[in-house]
Order: sequence, then C-alpha cells, then structure tokens
Amino acid sequence: MSENGVIKIKRGFDIKLVGKTNPVIKDLPLSEIVAVKPTDFLEVIPKMLVQTGDEVKAGDHLFYEKDRPELKFTAPVSGEIVEIFRGEKRKILEVRILADKEQKYRDFSAGISQPWTRDSVTGVLLDSGAWNMIRQRPFSTIAKVDDNPKGIFISCFDSAPLAPDLNLVILQNKDAFETGIRVLQAFNVPIHLSLRNNVTGNEVFNSVKGVKIHYFEGPHPAGNVGIQIHHISPIRPGDVIWYLDPQQVVTIGNLFTSGSYKPERIVSLSGSEVKETAYYRTIIGNSYNAILEGNVNEGYNRYILGNVLTGQHVKAEGFIGFYDQQITVIPESSESEFLGWLMPGFNKLSLSRTFFSWLNKNKEYRLNSSQNGEERAFVVTGEYEKVLPMNILPVQLLKAILAKDIEMMEKLGIYEISEEDLALCEFVCTSKMPVQQIVSRGLELMRKEG
Amino acid sequence: MKALRSLVDKIKPNFEKGGKLEKFWVVFDGLETFLFVPKHANHNGVHVRDGIDLKRTMFTVIIAMIPALLFGMWNVGFQHYAAYGETSTLMDNLIFGAIKVLPIIIVSYGVGLGIEFLFAGMRGHSINEGYLVTGMLIPLILPVTVPLWMVAFASAFTVIIGKEVFGGTGFNIMNPALLARAFLFFAFPAYMSGEIWVAMDADKTLVDGFSGATSLVYFDEGLSSMNENISATDMFFGTIKGSIGETSTLAILLGGLYLIYTGVGSWRIMTAVFAGGYLMGLLFNLLAGSAYPAMEVPAHYHLLMGGFAFGAVFMATDPVSAAQTNRGKWMYGLAIGGFTVILRVFNPAYPEAMMLSILFFNVFAPLIDHIVIQRHIKTRMKSAYQ
Repeated sequence: MSENGVIKIKRGFDIKLVGKTNPVIKDLPLSEIVAVKPTDFLEVIPKMLVQTGDEVKAGDHLFYEKDRPELKFTAPVSGEIVEIFRGEKRKILEVRILADKEQKYRDFSAGISQPWTRDSVTGVLLDSGAWNMIRQRPFSTIAKVDDNPKGIFISCFDSAPLAPDLNLVILQNKDAFETGIRVLQAFNVPIHLSLRNNVTGNEVFNSVKGVKIHYFEGPHPAGNVGIQIHHISPIRPGDVIWYLDPQQVVTIGNLFTSGSYKPERIVSLSGSEVKETAYYRTIIGNSYNAILEGNVNEGYNRYILGNVLTGQHVKAEGFIGFYDQQITVIPESSESEFLGWLMPGFNKLSLSRTFFSWLNKNKEYRLNSSQNGEERAFVVTGEYEKVLPMNILPVQLLKAILAKDIEMMEKLGIYEISEEDLALCEFVCTSKMPVQQIVSRGLELMRKEG
Repeated sequence: MKALRSLVDKIKPNFEKGGKLEKFWVVFDGLETFLFVPKHANHNGVHVRDGIDLKRTMFTVIIAMIPALLFGMWNVGFQHYAAYGETSTLMDNLIFGAIKVLPIIIVSYGVGLGIEFLFAGMRGHSINEGYLVTGMLIPLILPVTVPLWMVAFASAFTVIIGKEVFGGTGFNIMNPALLARAFLFFAFPAYMSGEIWVAMDADKTLVDGFSGATSLVYFDEGLSSMNENISATDMFFGTIKGSIGETSTLAILLGGLYLIYTGVGSWRIMTAVFAGGYLMGLLFNLLAGSAYPAMEVPAHYHLLMGGFAFGAVFMATDPVSAAQTNRGKWMYGLAIGGFTVILRVFNPAYPEAMMLSILFFNVFAPLIDHIVIQRHIKTRMKSAYQ
C-alpha cells in the first residue's frame, strides 16, 4: 500500500458533521473542584492512598492499582481532597479536589537529571503518574513496565468526526513535544510518528529528530493508531506496542523540563449544538461546566466526552478525563419519524446510496443520536469490510468473539484491533449491531485468558 | 402526521404489558414501526448511526424489482394477445397483465405476511422485514397461469420451511423464495412446466403454429432450433415466454444496476455469476460437436435465457444465503454461473438450472467461506513470521 512513503488508506468513511471547531484557543480558568476518575483507566481497581481532608500537591499520589502497585495515580492540581465520590457497590467514581488558588507542585527535579536512561525515566514517569499516559496494544491498557515494546507509536492527526487539529494544538507546545520525544527515546525502541499527508502545519511534527515519520492519506479511521500500527508494523501474537497521543508527549516533556507534573490539555469543543466552538487550554480533571454554560442551543442535547463514534455519553456537568481532548454536543433523538424508511432522505447520511443525500457529497450533517431503525439479526454482508482498512475479516472475527472461540479470535487478529477501529462498522451496520461492545467483550476475554 | 402520531400514542397502552390487547403487541409494534421509525437513541457505543436500516434496504430491493415487474405485466398481456393473433396497445397489454399478476402478488403478500405475524406473535420477536422482498420475488418467478392456491401454498412454504424453521430472517440456509419455487416444481410438475407460460382464453382460437415453448426448450434441441424460433434480441428485451418477471434481461439489469449503485446488492456476486456462465458457455463452444447439441449454443445466450439474469441479480445476491466474505462471493458467483450452464447442457430434465444451481451453492456457501477464512488465516500467519 505504501507508495513514495505515503500509506494510502482506501477503506473508511468521513462522517461530515456541522460544528467544526473554530481555530481559536481560549483559556479555561481552573475550576473550583477538580476530579480524577479511576474509571478512565481500563482494568484499574483503585486502592486509595488519601482520604477526605488531606492536602495534596499536584503530582502527589491519590491511589494505586490493586494488582500493579507500581501504577500510581496522581493529583493534577494541589488542594484539599473534599470527597471520594462513589457509585453502585461503593465503586470509586471520582476523587474530588478543592483546588488551591495558588498551585503548589511536587518537585520531581531530583530524578530528571540527564542522561536519561530507561530506569531513570521510568522511575519519574511512574512516580508522577505520567506513566499512565503510555498505553499498549493489544488491549489498550496501561503499558507494563517490564515489557519490551516493538515500537512507540504516536498518531499526530485525529481523523474522527469533528476531531481537534493536532497540528494547531501542538504548535502551542512545540518545544515541550520535542523534549517529550527525547525522554521517550530513553526506551531505546523505534518511535513512529504518523502524519496526514499534504496538510498545512505538518512542520510541527516532521522537524522532530530521531523518529520515523510516516504519512497517511485517506478517510477515517486513518488517524487511529491501531490502523497505523497495522500498516507499519502489524501486531502478531506475543508482540507489544506502546502508544500515546501528542498532548501526552507534551506533558511528559514539560515534566522533564520543569520538574513538576502539570497535565495540561487543549480540548476542542465541537458539534452542531454548540453556539461558539473553540479550543480550550485546561488541565486534566478540570470541570467542563463553564464551557458549556450558555454556549449550547436550547433543547434536548447529548453531551459526549470524545467524538461521536467512540466518546462517552456524559451529563452537561462533569470533569475532563485523563485521555480526553474533545467534547461534542449533538441533538438527542427525540421524535419518531413518519415513514422514515420510505422518504427520500436528503438529511440522512449513509454510506450506501439508498437516500438521496448522496446527491450532495460535501454536505455537513446535523445528525442526532437516533439509531435510525431497530436492531435486527445480521443480514447485510460486505458493509463492515468497506470501512475497516485492515487485513482482517471483521464479521468473522466478531462471530468468533460471540462464540468465545479464543483460538479463532487470535487467528483472525483480535490483538490488532480495539473498539475504536471498528466503530465505523457499528456506524454503518444495517442491523444496528453493538459492534464496539462485542469487541470489548472479546478483548476482555483475551486479557483474562492471556 | 402529528394527529396520526398522537392516535398511535393513545392506543399504545392497550397493547403494552398488562394492557387489554397485550397479545397483539407484535402486530401493533410491527405496524407502528412501519409507520414511524422509532426514536430509539444509541447507547453504549456510537452516538450517531447511518440512516439505513433493514426496512430501507428491503424497500430498495423492491424498487429494483419494479422494472422487471412492469415489463412482466406487459409481457403477460403481449404474449396473450400474440397467441390469438390479436393486435394490442401498450395499455391493453399492461391492463391484461395487471389483472393476471396483481392477484398473485396480493395472495403472496397476504399469506406470507399473515404467517410472519403469527410466528412473530408466537415467538415474541418483532416482525422482520425480509418478507417484503420475498413476497415480491415469489410472483416474479412463477408462471402467470399458476393457480392462486398454489401461490398461497408457496408463500406459506417459504415462510415456514424456508425461514422460520431456521429461526427467522437472517438464519435461513437457502433462499426462501427459490426453495418454494423448487418445491412447487417437484411437487406439481404439471403446473410448472409445459404449456403454462401464456395466459389462455378457452373461447378463442390460437394462431397457427403457436407454440408455448420457452427459450430453454429450443435450447435443448440445439442451436438450429434456437435460431429458427428465437433471437438473442428477443431474449434480451424479454418479449419471450417465461416466468412473470424473468423474461427481460434488460429490465432485470436495470434493477441490478440500481442495486449496485445504491450499494445494497453485491456487484461481486452479480459479476461473478454472469462471468461464470459466460466462461462455461465459451468452454462448451470449444468442445462442441459431440453428443450434446446444446453445447454449440453461443455463450452469451446462456445469460439471456430462462431465469439466469433474474437469478444472478435478485436470488444469488441474497446476503443471508450467499457467501459472506468478499472473496467467497466471487467463488460462489462463478460456481453458480458455471454450474447452471453445465446443468442446462447435460441434463435436459431440469431446464431451469439456475434455480437448482443457486440452491445448491446456498448450501455450499458456508464451506466456500470456510475455505476463504482458512486461506486468510494462513496468509496472516505467513506475514507474521517472515
């Protein structure tokens, strides 16, 4: 598929939505309460190290993972622990911190003196909690300290619907990004950056030294790290790959420059129901209430942390998660549609050409959260294959998962996929199958068996 | 529409659990979702969905069948008047055809959907849209002279044996409509072959030299008989005798192109079936001259004769009973096309080989997929340890 070093992704689909983010960066003030959500982390059972009333600095440990005690989860800000918010079965949902007006930082400068070695870097990353930004494939869990990954992959563009422009985002922190890359080089494995071919602003990334640069072309999911790994260095049984996003590299860079843990994120606000879209400079765990207040259209809206394919359905009030960099607001489905399946459907987006919307290829849609039909037995074939740019038979893999056939799942490539890679399959599915849920079940089974 | 919606909302509680008409929930639900696409919102996954659903898919297939249906109606009239040497206008033909064909369609839908509702009620699942297409396929593959009780019988057979015994739409192994056709063919041969292709009128006298034979009958007699009686142009446009919707290759191709364009029908299967038939025909042309006179019939005739085109476009492409992998679809299509021609040439007892060939490879589709999957796994493993 590679030609002149450009990898061309042919299968996929760009969902064009109303509400692209204006390229304006605003500062979001630190909220009164900042929260860390243990549920952001896959396979993490928190064991608390603090209790209500404790004072913490930014970078202080809040809890650790029950079975991997080296994984520490730290406070993004300094302040007082005011509440450990629990849900059903006393599951810890949020550790809420009343943020100080004057922020105090724990000092990591003792560990960051050069030369950076794998051990010294690992130590600082674990201690500061920044290690949790590095995740692994297969499984999308937090990387294991003792693993020797085949490479570290960083997708430098996001192709999901209404995704933030990472060239713009990293332009604000170019130096920190380069420092972060130098820190990661201490692991002595190839670092791969994937860029979108032929777009402006690529110099933010392609001037970085000591990394392998790959160019991608084509529709979503070309920006998914899983798809990029598949085309650059596919995962086979036994392989491990580490990945993180460019903003996390910036956080790591800042940590090793300043000696303090400041998990800043630039988060985009997008979607048809947002009055004024923009990027917001903020910190992990900050409340997003302030950006939404008075800034969304009247009516019944759906708030999504992330994009419309893989994001998490949240309330209008809440906190930015550890891995989030996008907030999307779309209308909820609130009315049934008279003979909807019979109408010409100029406003219906479809990969097929069964609606007349294909007449206008560049139209941006104001889609709501409707399922557009009821769940049915699997009937139509050949749809998933059109939107999965991998050498994988998606339907057969999903069937193997449903049958809990572990050997078959392995042979058909379960290690290479994650939920987000098959999200478009779920989008296009005529029978409205919960594809991502099935993938989750399969991956969970493999983690337990492996 | 607001008024209708509020009426539906008003009577809905009667059908819900604990309501007076609880037993008829499935019927109510079927009608409600027919009238209104429900507002069900996505949860735990994607937040937006493609506009398509199974109803739209089935509706698209029905639209694709309209050219074949309209032409079929016209041809019923045309063949009828031609048999008596009468002249007729386009409207005469269409009206005569409609009078003959519409009852068949009504019986097919009435009986089929009735049983479908009954099963849905008994099993407590919602009504599937599959029969919307099947109900139209059945009339199109029957001769116009078929008695209505046989249509009812075929529809019932389709739903019960073709689908429900397997668990409903999406689970059947063979194409339900074709299965019904095959059943009628073997159970009632007198009604399914011979002088059945033209709607007759006992009060009138046939023209001299009238023959009710289809292209396939001449075909079995060899090329000279074909050339005397029928031309490729007639077969392409469809002014020949045959099942209601099967005669016009042109009308069927129009539907096929629509299916391919919308993305609903598999272009791989359609192309492969035609290619398979044509290639096998060419091969026989090369070997011709032996004991089988039918071998010398030009390869492209095979694609125009009998139910070949209809089968390729509307039957072989049924996604549930076809191969599911993209490579498998090619193999499956080539096999159907090729096997049809083999059957036609070597076994004159079953001139309508397309039907049998598709049913045969419906059964083999999972095996074809299995082969494709195994090869896929092998290449995956190879690239893993290179």
